[in-house]
Amino acid sequence: MKLKVNNKTVYVYTGTKDLIPEQDTIVFVHGAGLDHTVWLLQSRYFAHHGWNVVALDLPGHGHSHGPALSPIETMADWVVQLMDGLGIEQAAVVGHSMGSLVALETGARHPQRVKRLALLGTSIPLAVSEPLLNAARNNDHAAFDMITLWGHGHAAQLGGHPVPGMWMIGNTVRLLEHSPPGVLYADLTACNQYQTGLVSARQLHCPVLLVLASQDRMTPIAIAEELIHSIGDVHTVILDDCGHMMLAEQPNQVLDALKTFLFGGQN
Amino acid sequence: MAGPRYPRFDTLTLHAGQRPDPTTGARAVPIFQTTSYVFKDTDQAAAIFNGERPGHVYSRISNPTNAVLEERIAALEGGVGAIATASGQAAMHLAITTLMGAGSHIVSSRSLYGGSHNLLCYTLPRFGIETTFVDPRVPAAFRDALRPNTRLIFAETLGNPGLDVLDIPAIADIAHDAGVPLLIDSTFTTPYLCKPFEHGADLLFHSATKFLGGHGVAIGGLLVDSGHFDWLGSDKFPTLTEPYAGFHNLVFAEEFGPAAFIARARKEGVRDFGACMSPTTAFHILQGIETLPLRMQRHIDNTRKLVAHLHTHPAVDSVIYPELAGHPDHELTKRLLPKGVGAVFSFIIKGGRAAGRKFIEGLQIFSHLANVGDAKSLVIHPASTTHHRMDADALRAAGISEGMVRLSVGLEDPDDLMEDLDRGLHASQK
Repeated sequence: MKLKVNNKTVYVYTGTKDLIPEQDTIVFVHGAGLDHTVWLLQSRYFAHHGWNVVALDLPGHGHSHGPALSPIETMADWVVQLMDGLGIEQAAVVGHSMGSLVALETGARHPQRVKRLALLGTSIPLAVSEPLLNAARNNDHAAFDMITLWGHGHAAQLGGHPVPGMWMIGNTVRLLEHSPPGVLYADLTACNQYQTGLVSARQLHCPVLLVLASQDRMTPIAIAEELIHSIGDVHTVILDDCGHMMLAEQPNQVLDALKTFLFGGQN
Repeated sequence: MAGPRYPRFDTLTLHAGQRPDPTTGARAVPIFQTTSYVFKDTDQAAAIFNGERPGHVYSRISNPTNAVLEERIAALEGGVGAIATASGQAAMHLAITTLMGAGSHIVSSRSLYGGSHNLLCYTLPRFGIETTFVDPRVPAAFRDALRPNTRLIFAETLGNPGLDVLDIPAIADIAHDAGVPLLIDSTFTTPYLCKPFEHGADLLFHSATKFLGGHGVAIGGLLVDSGHFDWLGSDKFPTLTEPYAGFHNLVFAEEFGPAAFIARARKEGVRDFGACMSPTTAFHILQGIETLPLRMQRHIDNTRKLVAHLHTHPAVDSVIYPELAGHPDHELTKRLLPKGVGAVFSFIIKGGRAAGRKFIEGLQIFSHLANVGDAKSLVIHPASTTHHRMDADALRAAGISEGMVRLSVGLEDPDDLMEDLDRGLHASQK
């Protein structure tokens, strides 16, 4: 569905369902240069199991009009403005990669609006290498290639997509190619400049799930350690043989982790 | 680029889409000769059916062996996904029916495989889909043939049997200016020689029966989606941009993004039309793809020797091969097909149809049959076989003459092949 936030068109995927006021809501926030389609399987599951699903396209991404927002704190405030626009008082916020920073900051800045947080493929800091930043600054296709190569685990480099017939390397590259010029650079810069994540993490009062991957080269587990220790009510799931692009590489495991966390062990 | 690199083409031909079997450790791709798959529980069953979890339900729709093949060809072509079909014709039909219905129009090259020409010219009109055929060497002709209801431009990388080389970038620009995708039949070239997506094509298919399988043992097709086309940027494709009542009002372009086309093709076209590939066939084609780079290079090396031999042979009027300086697409060939133009070519024998018959019957190594892309060398007379349904005008328009003989050059010793051609040519002139 499309709506206006700050007079700009925003697209959110709801699982082809209407949002029902009596139902709990999950807001899914995608990573740098990507859009709502990365949550395809997980968002569809929850939409068909009694949840309102809001898999958003951040401004400048997917079908939402730009420009891209920056810094992370502005994106977090925008998520709440979107919730206002949809009439959602409180939600579980689930973010991947850059989206995890947005989710974290939303929880810290607007604690009354966030019931639970799930941070996937996350670390503080989320540093971006100079070669990647430079390539993104120049809108060089090498930036897409670096993210795709570093983003997938060893086995996934050669495929084995859980969805029959799909080539996940090709899908990631194409998704990044669809982002307008400058958007990836804006996103990566926002990630790189986000320095207050650990302070924000200490302010969280809601339950937090971290889903990390053993072969993640973008947000390595070792870098995430300090984040884990900064959160009071934290649950951590480690995915073996998986890279940063866990939503495509291990969609079942990600869904199971989210189900256990969001349903509180039920269903 | 700094850091790691993507696996290269030859590595992908062997590994893409497959991980060693987690249960048995089998290194080769297992043949999952099963119709259906046991669900763990009712929740999992419902989730797979509803597209909430990945998985297999029924082998008409997907199969683990086929999935390896599909992923492998998508990787080799640089696409987002693929579907294995019962034949190349089934792949072409699946592409068309995913995009359009009655009242739609296609602009197509007129130099086509006979089966493709049949489908477009005679069969699809019965279902309300019309085609205008144009000269593939005149890009403006594609533009001139566009109508408000045009939904697709279609052509072959190499026209059959005249080997017209398609100016894919020029035709892709025309298609995109009109807001329609370009579909390519890439059977003759395979991704070893040409990757149409890198030149602007949006969709492609193969008759995998030919060079991909490579051994003449299995019929199959592969439909591949580049993920490039912006379906939501057009109002011409309601199958992808409007709610689909057959799947809970799913809007494919919104839900699947770059993979919208291939997702709809599987969830509707394969499910409902049912032209699926058998897993044993998928295994045979995978075995062929594993040696594709080696075979294609040998095919080309042999072909170049035979072309050079026939080019100066006194019993031959002319040889049609784009690498020859006199071919009208010679310069385009250098740009689009620098590694070679494949192993299928035609020549005009002196003496017309009668000489052609004597030539074919005089051969001992070349097999006279209706196929190309076998490891064994093949020969056929198009005017009386593959293109027999075309009238004289259509034959002339497609560049097919009475004396034309088409060869598909195999992997035999090239000296034996040359001696066989000499034997046939000698017989033809008696």
